[in-house]
Amino acid sequence: MFSLENLTHIIDHALNNTFNATIAMLIEMVIVGICAITLFAVLGLVLVFMERKVSAYMQIRLGPNRVGYKGLAQTAADTLKLVIKEGFTPDNADKFLFNLAPFLVMIIAMMLLAPIAFTKGLQMWDLNIGVLYLSAVSSVSVIGILMAGWASNNKYSLIGAMRSGAQIVSYELSAGLAVLTMIVFTGSLQISTIIASQQDGWWIFKGHIPAIISFVIFIIAVTAETNRAPFDMAEAESELTAGFHTEYSGMRFALFFLAEYVNIFIVCAIAATIYFGGWMPFHISHSIPFADLFNKGMDFIPGVLWFTGKTFALIFLIMWFRWTFPRLRIDQLLNLEWKYLLPIGMFNLLLATAIAILGWYF
Amino acid sequence: MIEEVGTSPEGDLIINVGPQHPSTHGVLHLVITLNGETVKNCEPHLGYIHRSIEKMCESLSYRQFIYVTSRMDYLSSHINNQGCSLTVEKALQIEVPERGKVIRVLMAELTRMASHLLWWGALGMDVGAFTPFFHAFREREVINDIMEETCGARLTMNYIVPGGVMYDIHPNFQQKVKDFITLFKSKIDEYDTLVTGNIIFQQRMKGVGYISGEDALSYGCTGPVLRASGVKCDIRKIAPYDGYEKVQFEEIIETGCDSYARYLVRMKELKQSLSIIEQLLDNIPEGEFQAKTKAVLKLPKGEFYSRVETARGEFGVYIISEGGLTPYRIKFRSPGFSNLSALHHMTKGSKLGDLVATMGTLDLVIPDIDR
Repeated sequence: MFSLENLTHIIDHALNNTFNATIAMLIEMVIVGICAITLFAVLGLVLVFMERKVSAYMQIRLGPNRVGYKGLAQTAADTLKLVIKEGFTPDNADKFLFNLAPFLVMIIAMMLLAPIAFTKGLQMWDLNIGVLYLSAVSSVSVIGILMAGWASNNKYSLIGAMRSGAQIVSYELSAGLAVLTMIVFTGSLQISTIIASQQDGWWIFKGHIPAIISFVIFIIAVTAETNRAPFDMAEAESELTAGFHTEYSGMRFALFFLAEYVNIFIVCAIAATIYFGGWMPFHISHSIPFADLFNKGMDFIPGVLWFTGKTFALIFLIMWFRWTFPRLRIDQLLNLEWKYLLPIGMFNLLLATAIAILGWYF
Repeated sequence: MIEEVGTSPEGDLIINVGPQHPSTHGVLHLVITLNGETVKNCEPHLGYIHRSIEKMCESLSYRQFIYVTSRMDYLSSHINNQGCSLTVEKALQIEVPERGKVIRVLMAELTRMASHLLWWGALGMDVGAFTPFFHAFREREVINDIMEETCGARLTMNYIVPGGVMYDIHPNFQQKVKDFITLFKSKIDEYDTLVTGNIIFQQRMKGVGYISGEDALSYGCTGPVLRASGVKCDIRKIAPYDGYEKVQFEEIIETGCDSYARYLVRMKELKQSLSIIEQLLDNIPEGEFQAKTKAVLKLPKGEFYSRVETARGEFGVYIISEGGLTPYRIKFRSPGFSNLSALHHMTKGSKLGDLVATMGTLDLVIPDIDR
C-alpha cells in the first residue's frame, strides 16, 4: 500500500541525529506549521475557485475564465486585491475584539487540520481522542463569530452573530451524536484506528442502516455548523446584508472567508474519514470471489487521491445544496434540529448500539 | 413616525433596512422595530428617489409626458405608456386601428411575462436561493431581444403612442415570439422543479404574510396581491381595453391569502399571458398600426381617467385639462404604492426573514412607488 511513513521517519531520524531531541522537535513543529499554513492558503484558493465554478455551472454561467489559464488565478488575484485593501475599523467598534475575531476563527480552522489523516503516515497529530478533539475545537469557532458580531457595533452583525450562536450550539449536538453512532462501531476515537477499521469495507456500507442515517444527519448538521446555505442564517445576505462580517473589509474579511472554506474542507474530511474510510481504498470483503485481486488493484491508487477524491465529492454535495436550496427561517432551523434531527439521532444511536452488541454489522 | 436610530422606548431594536440594502429591490427605506427576531412594526419611508414625475408632466405636452411614465414602473413600461395613451385617446375620441390594438396587447403581455419572470428570480434571491435568478433571466433576455428589435429599446420602450403604436412590428417579430413560446414551454417545468416544489420554499411561503380579502381591499391592494386574497380585480376583465374582451383568458384567483397564493397567482398568470400571445400572434389584422392624429394634441377642457392592469396591479391615469398644450394637473395611481402600504399589516409579528420574503411576493418596484 502507498505510504508516506518512510519519508516522515527518514526526516525524523535525520533531525534527531543532527540535533538534540528538543531542537529536532522544534524544527519539526516549524515544518508542520509551514505545511499547515500552506495547506490553509491552497485550500482557500482551490475551494473558492471550485465554489465559483460550481455555482456558475448550476447557474448557466461560465464563471471566472479570464485571469490565468482558464481563470485559475482568479482567486489569487482576488486575495491580492483584499490584501492591499484598507482594513477599515468602525468608529465605535471594540477595536481589540474586532481585530482579534478573524484571527481566532482562522486559528481554530487551522487547529482543526491537525488530526486529519491525508494518507498513511501523513497526519500532523494522531492523538488518541482525535474525534473528541475535532468536535471540541470546532465548537470554539462560535466564540469568534459572536466576538465579531458584538465588536462591530452594527445591528445586522449582532443579529447575525446571535443567530449563528443559536445555530452552531444546536447543530453541534446532532453532529456529535452522529459521530458517536459511528464510534460505537469503530470502538476508538483515534483517527488512524478508525481508518484502519475500514480495511475490509467502509463504515457507510458495513454499518448499513444506522450508518446511512447517521451520515445524512451529519451532513445536514455540519452544513449548518459551517453556516452554509440553506442554513446561512448568520450571513443571510437578503436579510442581514452580510451578517456578522458586515463591517469587515480587506484581509480581515478574507480571513473569515478562507476560514469558512477550510471549515467546509475539514467537516467533509471528517465525514470522509468516518464514513468513507479516509485514505483507505475501496476494499471488499474476503468472502467474495476474486476479492483479494480486486483489493490489490485498488491499492495501486495512492491514499492521498482516495482521501481528496472522497472529500471533494462531499464538498461538491455541500456546494450543490447552497446553489439549489432557499434559506430556512430561524425558527424552522431550530425546529428541524430539536424536533427532528436530535430525536432521530438519539434513536439511531440506540439502534447502532443494539446492532453492534448483536454483531449484525458486516 | 418612529425614531430612526437606537432603540424604542420599550427597548426594542430599531433597524433601518435600506435605502441601500440587498433585498429592498432598489432603494426602499424601511424602519423596522425588532424584538429579537420578531418584527413588531415596519414603516416604509419614501422620498429617497422622488423625482416629482407628476409635476414634471405638467410642463410636458400630451405626446411627451408618456415617455416619462416609462421611468416609473420600469418593468412594465409598455403598460404604463398604454394607460397614458388610453387617457389621451379617450379625451380626444381617437379610435385605434385593430392592428394597433393587437400589437399593443401582444407587447403588454410580453412585458407582463418579462416582469413576472424578473419577480420570480428576485423572489428566489429574497428567500436565499440565487440560482432561479439566472434561470429567469435566460428567458427574460429573449423577450428583451424581441422588444429591442421592434421598439429599439430593451427596458423603457416608449413604443405606444396616442393613436396606436409608433412603428409597425419588425418582420421577424412573429417568428421570434413563436420561438420564445416553444422555449418557454420547455422551461416552465424547470421553474416548478427548482422552486415551487421545494419543501423549504413552501415552508417559507405557506401561511406567511397573511392578508384577508377585506383587508387587502381596504388597503387598496390590486393585482396579484388582491387576487391571491380571493377578490376579482383584473381590469382586463372588469373594464376591458384595447380588445382584451376578444381574447380568451382566465382571471387567476387564489384563496390562500398568503405569500404562497401570491406566488401561485403570478406563476399561473405567466401561462395565461402565454395563451393570450398564442391566440393573437397569428391573427394580427392587416391595416394601419396608428390612427391619423394631429401633430399637436390639445385635450378639451375637463377631467379624464383611465386604468390598465400592469404586472403589479391597477395603474390609473388622471388628467385635468384646461384646454392647453400641457396637462393642468396629472395624477398616477400606481399599484406598488398601495401594495406596499399593506406590508406592515402582513408582517406584524412575523420573523425578520419573513419580512423580506413577504416583500418579495408584493413585487415592489420602488420608482413606481416613489415617483
